[in-house]
Amino acid sequence: MNPALGLLRREIAIAWGRGGGLMVTGGFFAGATLLLPLASGPEPERLAQIAPGAAWTVLALSALLGLERLFERDYEDGALDLMAHASLPLEFTCALKCLGHWLATGAPLAVLAPLAAIALGASPALAPLLFACALAGGLAFAFTGGIGAALSLGARRGGLLTAVIVLPLFVPPVIFGGGALHALDSGLPWRAGFALLGAYAAAAVALGPLAMAAACRNALS
Amino acid sequence: MTLALSLGDLSLSRGGRRLFSGLHLRLEAGQACALTGPNGSGKTSLLRAVAGLCEVDSGQIEFGGTDPGTARASGLHLLGHLDGLKASRTAGEELDFWTRWQGGRPEAMEGAVLRLDLLRLLDLEVRRLSAGQRRRLALARLLSAPRPLWLLDEPLSPLDAHWRGQVLDIMAGHLAGGGLILAAVHDPLPVATVVLEIAP
Repeated sequence: MNPALGLLRREIAIAWGRGGGLMVTGGFFAGATLLLPLASGPEPERLAQIAPGAAWTVLALSALLGLERLFERDYEDGALDLMAHASLPLEFTCALKCLGHWLATGAPLAVLAPLAAIALGASPALAPLLFACALAGGLAFAFTGGIGAALSLGARRGGLLTAVIVLPLFVPPVIFGGGALHALDSGLPWRAGFALLGAYAAAAVALGPLAMAAACRNALS
Repeated sequence: MTLALSLGDLSLSRGGRRLFSGLHLRLEAGQACALTGPNGSGKTSLLRAVAGLCEVDSGQIEFGGTDPGTARASGLHLLGHLDGLKASRTAGEELDFWTRWQGGRPEAMEGAVLRLDLLRLLDLEVRRLSAGQRRRLALARLLSAPRPLWLLDEPLSPLDAHWRGQVLDIMAGHLAGGGLILAAVHDPLPVATVVLEIAP
């Protein structure tokens, strides 16, 4: 097993282990989605209308959970020191950490999102697009979120700071994905919105690690 | 890989305060240097600067003709008081991960486990280990992925008398095999051939 694969496995194991990971993120996602009918009234027509957008928004918020620990635990216990002087470039290491975070929490949430939307009354025909949006959007959330997590290294209450840094970066993917879902729901062309979401995710995957590695080096020095 | 280490006219500041300036050191294969100086004099910062983790104000850090990037990526070990071990993972998982990360071989890892008497501990979570056991686990990385230059920050502090002796033996063995050691210490280091006192 090469070092990169070892790191990916370790990241997933840490994200899943010990009370963090899927149970918490999935629980938060389910709980936040459940609040919606309680707040906006139980009329099925109205719920069905907002269901896809609501599941999509809650997904973006759930992606914030666990981000604060993404770099911080390695910073606190010295593992980041060892990762910063290694044969793998730190940029690649950061990308692997985000990928592991996405595999451990983002990808399972992508399965939950269509189920939640349907439970709220959305048309099942939306489920495939919502699943695809959640997969691509999850990547965008993980890789832009990693920038916020790396920038807030060493700050007190880093989790809150991460959320404040990251939420503006979450705006474009939320708009693109929400637009595609709304278009499909009203019988309009939806491909453009989805393509923009994919492009944003690709840009985040390509550029995010550069920013993360620079922020990590700055925090270590 | 064979390395040497030379520090030329090195100056370093942390948080706007000059820690030391004009520091010189030359270390050849088989030599160890004990860094001494009061708390806060910059011993840890110097080790981190050699590892490339923090910038120096001026001066050179050279690795005897080896490219600094290569030397730092695969020619040196940094063992600080933060050991990089995850509390929630087992000792065996962590040693296995770091061995692969640093390009070590499984046979070398088995040898390190025996040498540092870690076999009984491998199934335990790192959070269950005592400070001395954690330090032995961190030291096992140095043996399981052989690299010439060891940067050690207070390597003996949490160890008991028996293990202090054992680790000094391990360090002597590393030097005999052509390795180099730069260690920040408070107590005298018997294997050191050079002592460098850091003072402002």
